[in-house]
Amino acid sequence: MQRSTIISIVLMAVGALFLILRLATSEQGMGKAYVRAVPQAVDAQHPEGRWQTVASADPAEYWRAEKANPEQTEVRVSWANSIGIWVAAFFTLAIFSFLFGDNPAYKVAEAMVVGVSAAYWMVVGFWEVIVPNLLGKLMPGMIKAWSMPGLDAEPDLMYIVPLILGILLLWRLAPKGAWIARWPMAFIIGVFCGLRLISFIHADFLSQIRNSIVPLVVMTESGFSFWDSVRNLTLVVGILSCLVYFFFSIEHKGLVGKTARLGTWFLMITFGAAFGYTVMGRIALLAIRLEFLFDDWLWLIDPNGRRALSEAVSLLQGSGVLG
Amino acid sequence: MYDLLRNLDRRWIFLLMLLAVAIPILLQSQFPEKPTGLAKAVFDEIEQLEEGDRVLLAFDFDPASAGELGPMATIFSYHCAKKKLKMYYMALWPVGPQMIDDSINNVIKKEFPEMVYGEDYVNLGFKSGGEGVIKVILTDIRKLFTTDGYGTQIDEIPMMQGVENIRQMDLIANVSAGSAGTKEWVQYAITPYPDDLRIVAGCTGVQAPLLYPYIPNQLPGLLGAIKGAAEYEELVVSTYGDSDLPGIYSEARRRMGPQLIAHMLMIALIVVGNIIYFMERKKGVS
Repeated sequence: MQRSTIISIVLMAVGALFLILRLATSEQGMGKAYVRAVPQAVDAQHPEGRWQTVASADPAEYWRAEKANPEQTEVRVSWANSIGIWVAAFFTLAIFSFLFGDNPAYKVAEAMVVGVSAAYWMVVGFWEVIVPNLLGKLMPGMIKAWSMPGLDAEPDLMYIVPLILGILLLWRLAPKGAWIARWPMAFIIGVFCGLRLISFIHADFLSQIRNSIVPLVVMTESGFSFWDSVRNLTLVVGILSCLVYFFFSIEHKGLVGKTARLGTWFLMITFGAAFGYTVMGRIALLAIRLEFLFDDWLWLIDPNGRRALSEAVSLLQGSGVLG
Repeated sequence: MYDLLRNLDRRWIFLLMLLAVAIPILLQSQFPEKPTGLAKAVFDEIEQLEEGDRVLLAFDFDPASAGELGPMATIFSYHCAKKKLKMYYMALWPVGPQMIDDSINNVIKKEFPEMVYGEDYVNLGFKSGGEGVIKVILTDIRKLFTTDGYGTQIDEIPMMQGVENIRQMDLIANVSAGSAGTKEWVQYAITPYPDDLRIVAGCTGVQAPLLYPYIPNQLPGLLGAIKGAAEYEELVVSTYGDSDLPGIYSEARRRMGPQLIAHMLMIALIVVGNIIYFMERKKGVS
């Protein structure tokens, strides 16, 4: 047996043992989610609502409700949400396991992410784009009766154009005449080129030139501002030296070479800052996954006071739930 | 030692990083935050608004970036609610409405139960089209938003009366994880209408360096990654916070504990890596 396989088995065995011990010894339990019934359509005849939806509830809320009335069903364990927490924990660990080496659990998690994302985008695309933005414009009466009771509009036949373009785009899937899809594609590319060209020239090119024209000696009401002047000077020198670095019509020798070298330094510092920010972002993502495992799943920490440990334990001990 | 470090299996580094992040989380370490200029600028932009002013809260992110951006969204909502601003939520990302619901449920419904949906805040939901949506709603919001995120006719919502387009907003507060996001808001909304619109934003660390060129003329304030969120959180909580505020209002500052330790480890690893590199060069190892 390979060394890495042995380590994987040992790690899984230790993890399983920890889970069993945690489940057996924890007074409060772990990995459970609770919901609270929320009455809907409340009126005089139906003071408790004609139907109920549920909203997530904190464990402490459940324990308080149980303490007040052990027979209550208003706040209860949600098995669906609890299973969701365990599934999420499994997939988190499965993704983390890739750091040790490629393995079937990681492959399963990866395939699930891809599949669920694709399905989600399709459903969202249908309900958020095709229904309200196309069918809702062409047949508002039917869509209002079917799925959007709040819709109130007259039919707009202009939307036949995007409908036709959409059908032409899907023609790509037909066995013959796939070239027809090039026409709507050309329309999409043309529109976005025009849209983006103007915005880039306006917001990035012209505005950035304007933002770079700053006084090198900054005078404020209180006199000469040293640090503002240094900032503006750094900005102007940085821009000019970076531009020289990318200017290849003159050989990078002498003064031009030294300026280009300075530009390289500015670029390196920029890349370093960008790398630092990226590291910060990735660590934050790791932190939230670990918080999820420690808080929502294992109940090792309670940063948001959702289980209000001391209060909850005393409540449970008082009610006899903890024995 | 040299040979050990030179041939160190990278999985030991992964393990070290895991411990560097996990231990401060388990110990719930929190360090003091000193707000810097950009966070103060975001705070001041919202602070200078009057009660009843309109603010468009564009939450363009999803659960994948909620670790960084969730605390920003929470504290933006809290600050606006404390200032009694009219809050118009919308999203250019398909999962954005769930992020909006999180803010509404965790902040408004819990801390400000007196606020009325449709009068004090509204969730306009998600519209696909990215920058195309921004372009359209700059002139006519009803062209795309015929109903709110829950299917209510937009003209039946009291706070939508008299709102023809988003140029009537007094401020846009954007939380952005990518495209479409802050860059598109700056390009398509702020730059063409500099006299009508102002924006403050919170973004992921990856995006922040790309948005710095817009500061301060096109983008007066920016919260870069979890550090920016922690600074802004400190400003808002120290100004408005009560002593019994729930833990979600210290999320960003709490997550700076793991950041500090992990960054120290990262710096140490870079230094060690460089020492090994120079030692190799000295020894003539290729």
